[in-house]
Amino acid sequence: MLNYLWGSMILIGILFSTFSGNLSNITNAAINSSREAVNICLTMLGILAMWTGLISIAEKSGLINSLSKKMMPLLKFLFPQLSEKSKAMQYICTNIIANMLGLSWAATPAGLKAMEELQKINPQKDIASREMCMFMIINMSSLQIVSINIIAYRAQYNSMNPSEIIGPGLFATLVSTISAIIITKIFEKCDRA
Amino acid sequence: MIFISELIMPLAFVGIILYGYSKDVDIYETFIDGAKNGVKIVFQIFPTLIGLMVAIGILRESGALDFFCKLIMPITKMLGFPNEAVPLTFMRLISSSASTGLLLDIFKKYGPDSFIGRLVSVMMCCTETVFYTISIYFMSVKIKKIRYTLKGALLANLCGIIASLYITKIIFGGA
Repeated sequence: MLNYLWGSMILIGILFSTFSGNLSNITNAAINSSREAVNICLTMLGILAMWTGLISIAEKSGLINSLSKKMMPLLKFLFPQLSEKSKAMQYICTNIIANMLGLSWAATPAGLKAMEELQKINPQKDIASREMCMFMIINMSSLQIVSINIIAYRAQYNSMNPSEIIGPGLFATLVSTISAIIITKIFEKCDRA
Repeated sequence: MIFISELIMPLAFVGIILYGYSKDVDIYETFIDGAKNGVKIVFQIFPTLIGLMVAIGILRESGALDFFCKLIMPITKMLGFPNEAVPLTFMRLISSSASTGLLLDIFKKYGPDSFIGRLVSVMMCCTETVFYTISIYFMSVKIKKIRYTLKGALLANLCGIIASLYITKIIFGGA
C-alpha cells in the first residue's frame, strides 16, 4: 500500500509537471521539503522528549492508570481482545486522551508506543491486526474536543466571533468518531483475514 | 477558550509532579529516562518524515493536486459543496501544514465569517491527515498490509465533512 502511495505521488507529480512545463520546480520542491522535514524533526525532538519525560512520571506514579480506568468500558468495547492491564491498552488510552485535549505532539509518541505493543502480540508481523485497524481509524477520525489553532487563525483574520465554531466543530467531530466506530465494526465482521 | 488552552500545560506539569510526589516517585530521574525515549522515537520517525514530505512537496509543486481538484469539481457542485473548499478538503487528508496554508488563504480571500470560512473552520476540526498518519504509524512497526484502515478512515472523514456541511448550513445559514 505505502509502497504504491509514496512512489505514485512522486511519479504523478513529476509526470504532471513535465506536461505542464514546470519541471524546474521539482528539484526545489524535493530539496525544500526534505529541509522542512529536518526542521520539523528538530522542533519535535525537544517537545517530544520533554513530553515523554513528563508522561513517564505520570505513568510511573499511576496517574495514567487511574485516568484510564474511567475510559475502560468504552475501550473494552473497541478492543475486546486486549486486556485492561496490557501496556498496549494504556498507550492507546494515553493517545486518545491527548488527542481529545488537542495535544497532538503528545498523542503521537503514545500512539507509536501503542503500535509497538500491538505489533508484539500481532501473529502476522506484516499484516495489520484488528486492534491496529480499530486504533488507527479512531485516531484518524479526529478526537479533538476544541480545535484551538482554528480559533486563533479566525481571530487573526478579524472574525467577529472566532470561537463560534466550537459547538459545530464538536458536533462534526462526534459524528466522524461515532461513524468511525460503526464503520470499523462493520469491516471487522466482513474481513476475517 | 484560549484561557483553557493556556492552562493545559501548566496544569499537566503541576498535576503530574504533585501526583508523582504523593506516590514517592523519583520524578527527575523518571523524567530523564522518559526524555531519552522521546529522542529515540523522533529518530525512528525522521526518515519516514523526509520521504513523505518530499513526495508531497513534489505533488504540490507540480500542480497535479490542483488539477485533480478541478476535475472533480462538477461532482462537488452537484452535492452543494463549495468549489473553493475542495483543494483544502483533499490537502487536509495529506498534510497538516499545507492544509493550514490553504485554510489561511480562504480566510484571507473570503473572511472567516463567510459561509465558506465557517465551513472550512468546522471541517478542520473534525478531519485528520489520514495519509500522513497511516504512513508514520504503520511504517514505524513495518506493517505492509493495512487491510481496511484506509477505507475506514476515509469514510469516517467523509462523514465528518458531510456533517460539517450540514451543521454549518443549519446553524449559520447561507449558501
